[in-house]
Amino acid sequence: MGKTLFDKVWEEHVVDSIPNGPSILYIDKHLIHEVTSPQAFDGINSRKINVFRPDRTIATADHNVPTENQHLPIKEELSRKQVEKLTANCKEHNIKLYGLGHKYQGIVHVIGPELGLTQPGMTIVCGDSHTSTHGAFGSIAFGIGTSEVEMVLSTQCILQNKPKTMRIEINGELNSGVYSKDIILYIISKISASGGTGYFVEYAGSAIEKLSMESRMTICNMSIEMGARGGMIAPDEITYKYLKDKEFAPRGIELDKKIKYWNKLRSDADANYDKVLKFDAEDIQPMITYGTNPGMGIKIDEEIPSSAINSSKHSFEKSLRYMGINSGDKLKNKKIDYVFIGSCTNSRIEDLRTAADIIKGKTKSPHVNAWVIPGSKSVERAAINEGLDKVFVDAGFDFRQPGCSACLAMNEDKIPKGKYCLSTSNRNFEGRQGPGSRTFLASPATAALSAISGHVSDVRDYL
Amino acid sequence: MEKFEKLKSTITPLNIENIDTDQIIPARFLKAVSRDGFGENLFRDWRYRSDGNLNNDFILNSNPKNSKILLAGRNFGCGSSREHAAWAIHDYGFRVVISSFFADIFKNNALNNGLLVFELDENLIQKIFKKISNESNIEFEIDLNEQKFYSLDGSIDEKFQINDYNKTCLLKGYDNVDYLLSIKEKILKFENETGR
Ligand code: SF4
Repeated sequence: MGKTLFDKVWEEHVVDSIPNGPSILYIDKHLIHEVTSPQAFDGINSRKINVFRPDRTIATADHNVPTENQHLPIKEELSRKQVEKLTANCKEHNIKLYGLGHKYQGIVHVIGPELGLTQPGMTIVCGDSHTSTHGAFGSIAFGIGTSEVEMVLSTQCILQNKPKTMRIEINGELNSGVYSKDIILYIISKISASGGTGYFVEYAGSAIEKLSMESRMTICNMSIEMGARGGMIAPDEITYKYLKDKEFAPRGIELDKKIKYWNKLRSDADANYDKVLKFDAEDIQPMITYGTNPGMGIKIDEEIPSSAINSSKHSFEKSLRYMGINSGDKLKNKKIDYVFIGSCTNSRIEDLRTAADIIKGKTKSPHVNAWVIPGSKSVERAAINEGLDKVFVDAGFDFRQPGCSACLAMNEDKIPKGKYCLSTSNRNFEGRQGPGSRTFLASPATAALSAISGHVSDVRDYL
Repeated sequence: MEKFEKLKSTITPLNIENIDTDQIIPARFLKAVSRDGFGENLFRDWRYRSDGNLNNDFILNSNPKNSKILLAGRNFGCGSSREHAAWAIHDYGFRVVISSFFADIFKNNALNNGLLVFELDENLIQKIFKKISNESNIEFEIDLNEQKFYSLDGSIDEKFQINDYNKTCLLKGYDNVDYLLSIKEKILKFENETGR
């Protein structure tokens, strides 16, 4: 019987297996940031051991950093201490740090790929659940907790039970106005926020194969929002082209050699998955979430339903109450207060280009606060080179500096209580963007257009 | 890691599905650089009203018993990988979380911190919710070695599943990092053989 892409990469990294227990998995790349690493460093320091493979570890500061005046010391004391702690830990253990002010700094899942650190066939972990993003390159990438960060720092290995595998195929032609964010919101709305729990997903099918690397990353990024540990897409010519000339990617003969190997990273035709789902690309429309988990999504012109799969009546109603909306209402034309274009889901240059295209020559609605937060310094530079920053600023948007920002509202970028934010991030949980904030998740195109109109808008009306 | 063998306690019911890690511990409380003290902010935005006053309707406030078992709706712990969620639950005083379904990363994080988590059938969970809504003082016992969960009045008596490795770690208080360090030779050999 054939093997899945997941099986192939997994098997190449198993150091050993404990009978009736987890496998010991070797990790090729370990990404760390300020929020989930300090306790792990404390752990290895108190054991009096060094980081086992500092050259396989890369650090950045992203979750907790301000998005304005990054050249100044961080004002908020606890945030500053956390970032200083990361700097000290990296120094002590010889770890490369792309901290504030470094030309490579940015959201950990944006910088990995754009620097060519993320490559096909690798195992990649980070103390952040959206590590699944890196799966777009055909790597096994997943988020881990701090105890696991400590395992990787101390031995470059992790104890892990092998997940089940799921294949999700999207076949056919995408409708116009439909972006990869819509694809993933559509899938999650179909299978719920827990439909992928216990699985590692492989996305395939003709609609996926045509997507750019950045669009693929958006899809893999939100695998965790259906409960899956990660998502991956088989590497192909689009992947290799993206990697060419990236700072830390192999070059020349080395790259050719790698490509020969990467070409083998495909699921065999007779591979066996624990679950297979197939969807038609034609059925996907621009999507938006209405509730407080990412599974609560609808087509943008649909009415808010009266129930959702895997949600009891009680939980469903609690969610609508929190959001201040009712079954039967439409979100289309609903007034919004904030627009956030950013996060590891949608803050890459392609996302900014899409948004700028729509915004160009227009002005944001006066009652909307609109923020564009590039995913990294490289994205910021590219946007400035292309003049996108000017498009945003001329339209009345704030174009800020890189970080996670209002995706999780750990810094001062918070959505006030009761306010509606149309956000390109990945989570619409209660209070995620600030205590009492209300989040609608959608694509950068929908976010950009809605910032102009001041209410939830359908990009198809614009096209 | 703290050992876990047996425990007797009442149950704290939280009959809500999809309780995510942002509810368990909101991001703005993740700025500490040690593992302690997160219990103070467990379910922060449910425990306190937005004016800062205690929300007396919330179970942790309305029913503040020394319960060590948290019983929650399905898909508990979904969302972020923040281990702070497991630390907060443990720090608050819980030693066990039961649900019909856990998010994967949360489950690992809990077990790595001596917080026992296991799944029971959703129908049974609803039965327990009902039972404790009538008599909240009823005590339950958990015996990890036997993998048994039962009510002291004898009306509920169940076996639960946990993999052998996790069970041994909890029973003996073993630590994963110690284990991995003990097989360092194997890891070096693996690196050598695979050209890493
Ligand atoms: S942008 Fe949001 S989801 Fe992405 S790494 Fe930062 S906090 Fe996590």
